[in-house]
Amino acid sequence: MQNALFQYLLRLGDTNLILSHRLAELCSRGPFLEEDIALTNIALDHIGQAEALLKYASEVEGRSRTEDDLAYLRNETDFRNCLLVEQPNTDFAYVIVRQFFIDVWQGLLYNALKNSKDETLAAMATRFAKETAYHYRHSGSWMVRLGQGTDESRARLERAFRDLWHYTGELFETDATEEKLSAAGIVPTSDALYPEWIAQINRVAGEAGLRLPATDYMASGGRVGMHTEHLGHLLAEMQYLQRAYPGAKW
Amino acid sequence: MNSDNRFEAFQQYIDSEEKIEPKDWMPDEYRLHNIRQISQHAHSEVIGMQPEGNWITRAPSLRAKKILLAKIQDEGGHGLYLYSAAETLGITRDELIEQLHSGKAKYSSVFNYPTLNWADIGAIGWLVDGAAVTNQLSLRRTSYGPYSRAMMRICNEESFHQRQGYEIMAKMATGTPEQHAMAQSAIDRWWWPALMMFGPHDNDSPRTSNGLRWKIKRAGNDELRQRFIDKTVPQAEVIGLKIPDPRLRWNEETQHYEIGPINWDEFHRVVRGEGPCNSQRMAHHKHWHAEGAWVREAAAAYAARHNTNPVRV
Ligand SMILES: [Fe+2]
Ligand SMILES: [Fe+2]
Repeated sequence: MQNALFQYLLRLGDTNLILSHRLAELCSRGPFLEEDIALTNIALDHIGQAEALLKYASEVEGRSRTEDDLAYLRNETDFRNCLLVEQPNTDFAYVIVRQFFIDVWQGLLYNALKNSKDETLAAMATRFAKETAYHYRHSGSWMVRLGQGTDESRARLERAFRDLWHYTGELFETDATEEKLSAAGIVPTSDALYPEWIAQINRVAGEAGLRLPATDYMASGGRVGMHTEHLGHLLAEMQYLQRAYPGAKW
Repeated sequence: MNSDNRFEAFQQYIDSEEKIEPKDWMPDEYRLHNIRQISQHAHSEVIGMQPEGNWITRAPSLRAKKILLAKIQDEGGHGLYLYSAAETLGITRDELIEQLHSGKAKYSSVFNYPTLNWADIGAIGWLVDGAAVTNQLSLRRTSYGPYSRAMMRICNEESFHQRQGYEIMAKMATGTPEQHAMAQSAIDRWWWPALMMFGPHDNDSPRTSNGLRWKIKRAGNDELRQRFIDKTVPQAEVIGLKIPDPRLRWNEETQHYEIGPINWDEFHRVVRGEGPCNSQRMAHHKHWHAEGAWVREAAAAYAARHNTNPVRV
């Protein structure tokens, strides 16, 4: 059970860690100053969530690896984040669509985890759910504004929506790890979140004037460490100092 | 009241330490002086996000990354307050950004230097924010109300940035030999640019006198610079870093540190645009401002059609 919980915490922690990194890349690159600050705010929330989850993961693992060791000294194939969050900031529409998919999913997930039999996880989820509600208001309102804005914003939103869609299937994969934890009342299974997720996506996509892509193809692999080409570059940059100066304290 | 009397009354009002508010009458020159100074200050906060932003994706721990990101976000917030303060003088944000891009408006030259190792993040907080806060503490008493209030909000955060920067420096200076070398390299490169932040010597500074008379500026450049030097030199000693000035000495009589000559040729060169990162900083700002145009247009089009932003999604 401890190993299943450890794996599960890595999935959640890594997803937040990598997403926060992508958002942090945008600092000083926002479309206007207020939005620059808003994106940084969201990045900070996700770093905080990653830190808490990885810290708990390290305790559960019990091998005296710290949260920083987990973030900075694991190799690409040991990362358990979903592929969606490692996708690059191609333009502001990609940033918003990526965030929106995640926000809806995390909102449902954290709400379910509030009732976890694991008290630590339940307490974290209660805190995270409040942050996610704010993220969702932000990304959801941009979905509608871009969808109903100009021809260009609509076209860019459609492209991002279509390109990122096939990374959403992974969010609802349920495997033995989850089933084991679910049976113990610790986590929901991911497939249970799907009906409400797709309902919310449909509602906002409808308001934004988007149609859901007609494809069944869904990418997969994050949970077993098979990532897209993007993650290696991201980690090379993120882990640079820790790798170049082993043992130094920062 | 004839116009001479108006000027006189204005000066008396200022001399009695009253604040000038946006709706009050003010001489055009006072208005322009404030626009110039506040917008330069605002642009400095915003352009200053770049050299520190250069290390966000390589910050060496989760805690360091959080602190740095929050710090840069604070600077963006300072930029916002200051743009708002400038806007009360009858200029729009678009015009202010336009002036930045055309080169009409300046920003602090210190941000035209590169951040080359992680200790530079410490050095910026400690020295650059440290110099900025020395200046800003005195600007809390500036005569233009909105500017003064922006400074009060900003000063607490700047002092915090300075402490965080010093913490990074202390850790690096007392870390591995490699880290110590990075810290020394950082102070070697940032010390003089930080001293130049206070501007030319008062007798060479054309605008200081008007600024002082109208109490926009509350202390001379040299006085502020000296305050900063006296505060900072002992801090460097505590963590075992050398100030890169062979002429630096303590004057027992004046109870102040004396420094060697400042390289004003370099200062003027960088102000003119010939610093290591001038064109890079400006190109970055222009590029991302242009990249964001379609987003701003979409938001404006949506708002125009709905008379509001979507509240419920
Ligand atoms: Fe600032
Ligand atoms: Fe600051």
